[in-house]
Amino acid sequence: MIAILDYEAGNLTSVKRALDYLGYRSYITSRPEEVLKAERLIFPGVGAAGEAMENLKRKGLDEALREFFQSGRPLLGICLGVQIIFTESEEDGARCLGLLRGRVVRFPIPLLDTDGNPLKVPHMGWNGVRPQREHPLFQGMDPAAEFYFVHSYYPQPEDPGVIIGVTDYGIDFPSAIAHENLWAVQFHPEKSGRPGLRMLDNFCRWRP
Amino acid sequence: MLSKRIVVCLDIKEGRTTKGVKFKDNVPVGDPVEMARRYYDEGADEIVFYDITASAESRQIVIDLVDQVARQIFIPLTVGGGIRTVEDMRRVLLAGAEKVSINTAAVKNPQLIADGARAFGSQSVILGMDAKWVGPSEKIPSGYEVWINGGRTPTGIDALWWAREAERLGAGEICLNSIDADGTQEGYELRITRMISEAVSIPVVASGGAGVPEHLFEVLTEGKADAALIASMVHYGLYSISEIKEYLARKGVKVRRVW
Repeated sequence: MIAILDYEAGNLTSVKRALDYLGYRSYITSRPEEVLKAERLIFPGVGAAGEAMENLKRKGLDEALREFFQSGRPLLGICLGVQIIFTESEEDGARCLGLLRGRVVRFPIPLLDTDGNPLKVPHMGWNGVRPQREHPLFQGMDPAAEFYFVHSYYPQPEDPGVIIGVTDYGIDFPSAIAHENLWAVQFHPEKSGRPGLRMLDNFCRWRP
Repeated sequence: MLSKRIVVCLDIKEGRTTKGVKFKDNVPVGDPVEMARRYYDEGADEIVFYDITASAESRQIVIDLVDQVARQIFIPLTVGGGIRTVEDMRRVLLAGAEKVSINTAAVKNPQLIADGARAFGSQSVILGMDAKWVGPSEKIPSGYEVWINGGRTPTGIDALWWAREAERLGAGEICLNSIDADGTQEGYELRITRMISEAVSIPVVASGGAGVPEHLFEVLTEGKADAALIASMVHYGLYSISEIKEYLARKGVKVRRVW
């Protein structure tokens, strides 16, 4: 079974619906013991990193996430989920989980396109992800496929080797991360049409 | 680079999609679930369900509709029409919508924008705004006034001021509908769209007036809109979304291709 982690950071029903559609059984939970029973774990989320970390700590879910990561079972972070795995975030100066070393930073101001026009923040809408190397996350996907993004911050890992996908929005920023049993994406695969479903399917099938 | 979005709007009345001209004379055009499915397959980037009756009964119908659609369509869905409270927002989001659009209720109670943004995140709160050209005055310096109640009631509020205020309160996006252009199929109101898009840093969805693909090109370039909302153009089968996207791509506008 796949657990979807509920830490009061947004709507989790769309991830559940996507897994139902793909034929994978899953449950939404906010209890550490239920998290640790799962074969795979997805932690989605939108909102601010500081508040999310407080919610995780209050429920003992920060420890459960670390333990799950160390157990080697597949773990997928989505949107805010890609941000809280790093050491710290510029947003609220929050200390995060530290599963990977790195910082989460805001898009620079001003942010300009190639013609010098100002770009809006949040980065909202469909954009591409350029694979940096072969990875099971991208299996069966056209390299020109686009995904749905909504965010103002992005991760900057210390080790560039964990960056498997990059997106261009005025600057190139890391949009897909993978390290051992952990995958994390800045976009919303559950809202990204067929390529997004394919990515979720790749995660659900993957054996580290 | 970020693609320009094509948003398809389905006006819902008694569980059916309808289409009117200048907010009046609505006629049924089809089953919303089937239509949403077809637009998803053709490459719509987002789908909006707009409850035009906005009564207590119709709200439940729209929620059931979103629930059905969200099980088979995996792009952002927006619900608008008759949303007055944070609890109304919660119900449509839990049914599978990604965003809620608030219009009249936000004018009457601007705090609803802030409360919604705090509860669900700014990305889930869209300010819907119906603007009408009334000419510049001391009270309406931009010349565009906000109208509410489905475009029937003037508010005395300047559209440009309201857009900035909504952004400050925490709206994640603005869907700007021109009452003058709505349903005419003669093109979007480019001037107000550009004015508002340049004044705020959140995305602006242009609405009202699309008749031919050229109109989308105009509003996405000259009008500086981040997204273009369409309805009649595709509901009557005059164009498919893929045709519109091919046209835009040929003209150099970046749009998402369907894979």
